[in-house]
Amino acid sequence: MATAPVYYMRIEGKREMIYRKKINLLWLLGPMVFIMITFLYYPFVSNIWNSLYNIVGLGGNRGEFLGVRNYQKLFEDPNILIAIKNSGIIMLLTVVFQVGIGLTLAILVDSVKRFKKFFQTVYFFPIVISATAIGLMFNLFYSYYGGMLNQILNAMGHNPVNWKSDSLALIMISVPIIWSYAGFYFVLLLTGINGISEDIFESAMLDGAVGFKKVYYITIPLLKNVIRTCIILAVTGSLKAFDLPWVIAPKGAPKGLTHLLGTYMYQVTFIEENVDYGSAIAFMIVVLGIIISQITNRLMKQEQY
Amino acid sequence: MREENRKKKILGSVPIYIILLLWAATTIYPFIWLILNSFKSSREILNSSFNLPQNFSWLNYINAFGKQNILRAYGNSLVISGSTMLIVLLIGSLAAFAMTRYQFKFKKIIYFMIVGSLMFPVFATIIPVFKMIVKWNLVNQSLGVIIPQTATNLAFAVIVLMGFMDSLPYELEEASFLEGASVSRIYTKVIVPLSKPALASVAIFVFLWSYNDLFTQMIVLRRRETFPVCALLNEISSKYGTDFGLMTASVVLVVVPVLVVYILLQKNIVKGLTAGAVKG
Repeated sequence: MATAPVYYMRIEGKREMIYRKKINLLWLLGPMVFIMITFLYYPFVSNIWNSLYNIVGLGGNRGEFLGVRNYQKLFEDPNILIAIKNSGIIMLLTVVFQVGIGLTLAILVDSVKRFKKFFQTVYFFPIVISATAIGLMFNLFYSYYGGMLNQILNAMGHNPVNWKSDSLALIMISVPIIWSYAGFYFVLLLTGINGISEDIFESAMLDGAVGFKKVYYITIPLLKNVIRTCIILAVTGSLKAFDLPWVIAPKGAPKGLTHLLGTYMYQVTFIEENVDYGSAIAFMIVVLGIIISQITNRLMKQEQY
Repeated sequence: MREENRKKKILGSVPIYIILLLWAATTIYPFIWLILNSFKSSREILNSSFNLPQNFSWLNYINAFGKQNILRAYGNSLVISGSTMLIVLLIGSLAAFAMTRYQFKFKKIIYFMIVGSLMFPVFATIIPVFKMIVKWNLVNQSLGVIIPQTATNLAFAVIVLMGFMDSLPYELEEASFLEGASVSRIYTKVIVPLSKPALASVAIFVFLWSYNDLFTQMIVLRRRETFPVCALLNEISSKYGTDFGLMTASVVLVVVPVLVVYILLQKNIVKGLTAGAVKG
């Protein structure tokens, strides 16, 4: 996990002798620095700059200066409101269920003796599969005519359900997101549980903490830091969601109701070719991400007392 | 008494196993369902997707390899993801080597630059990057995907490799230094061979991320001949979404190579992802 990297900072003794010629840094670090500046830092700044100008067409140049007009537009665009609301809902669902299911599974797997390896392998593997493939698979489940779910309903004598209706679509997008990533948090949390020293559990057992008591009073409090990391990853991850929602509900189908921030930004920029406004949305996503992860960090810290 | 306790414990863990197996079923069964259905005609899938195929038909696969030319997409994926992986490994390992061996003025700044790179969502940089790609005539070219993917994966690679290289013992480096080896020789003859496990983890990850990354593929590649696997799959679904047979077979064809890699290299993958949790 993201441990503090202080120890990279000082190089002493023999290493200092071997690696004296700083000129070598040019070919060692040069390529990385070049790539990061050219393709990450410069575009990031350029993107903010772009959002202040009028840009015609993809790959077009900056035209007339607009100032903050694109940002004013953010407040007037009803679709942005939908996208923010949907991203918020997805965020909440993923935090509660991805991390919740991951934690439950980790605690359960830790408590059993056999098949640990098997469960780990099986739970983790949806993560390595592309979101595109998972999205298409779920499309086959959701399909109105002969989809897997409606075949089950049919066999039980119910009428088929339109799984991608206005009211259901967003939930149906979040199900595969939760399902595919729960295993990721499971592995992180299980690693965390394995890192808790046996002594603590043993002395807790002598004090009578077993079963749910053990989980509530010992495991969860000691996992607080890992859980916080998981929640922040889930929060920022849900702001980055694109592939899966796009495959299940392209262009925010139905009627743009399921747009998330990422998919709306893609639609505005690459389909409607409103490049400068898309840049403003992209920058807003970054700002939101920073604000929300800061808030989460604060909230989780307070809870410790 | 003790015997009874043990029995109670075993009995108590039965519901736990049931819950665990249920979740396992949700991850395994969908893929079995897919594979079974890929051997059926679309009509048979619509009517009875839960039964075994009446007669195994390879038609959907013939269609996927023939008309849809999925083989070409595998080739494109191999070129794009393979190159991204190699470039990230080379540049990333050089940088990690420097960061863990040298003491220099701007080290802190470079360090924050690496960590900071993890923070950008792809949305925040893609528009200006796309503009460069247009300017350099790289639209519909593999290189147009390789460049942005290299940039977004580099920081993850450097961070994982730094952690690993920092823990390598000095003695071998010292010995080859005393034998008169240059820094580049120490890098190729000592550091790279010793870092193989970490390099393998990073390689698998970068390859998988690149293979699975639909967003960049969709933006840079607009012609069908240039599509890697995910982009082709997305296209098939938008054009032939109602052909359930073709859809199941295509999804299976995209998933199977990844599953094989996962099963063979599972240990590296789980370790790599937890080490790189920062990337998310």
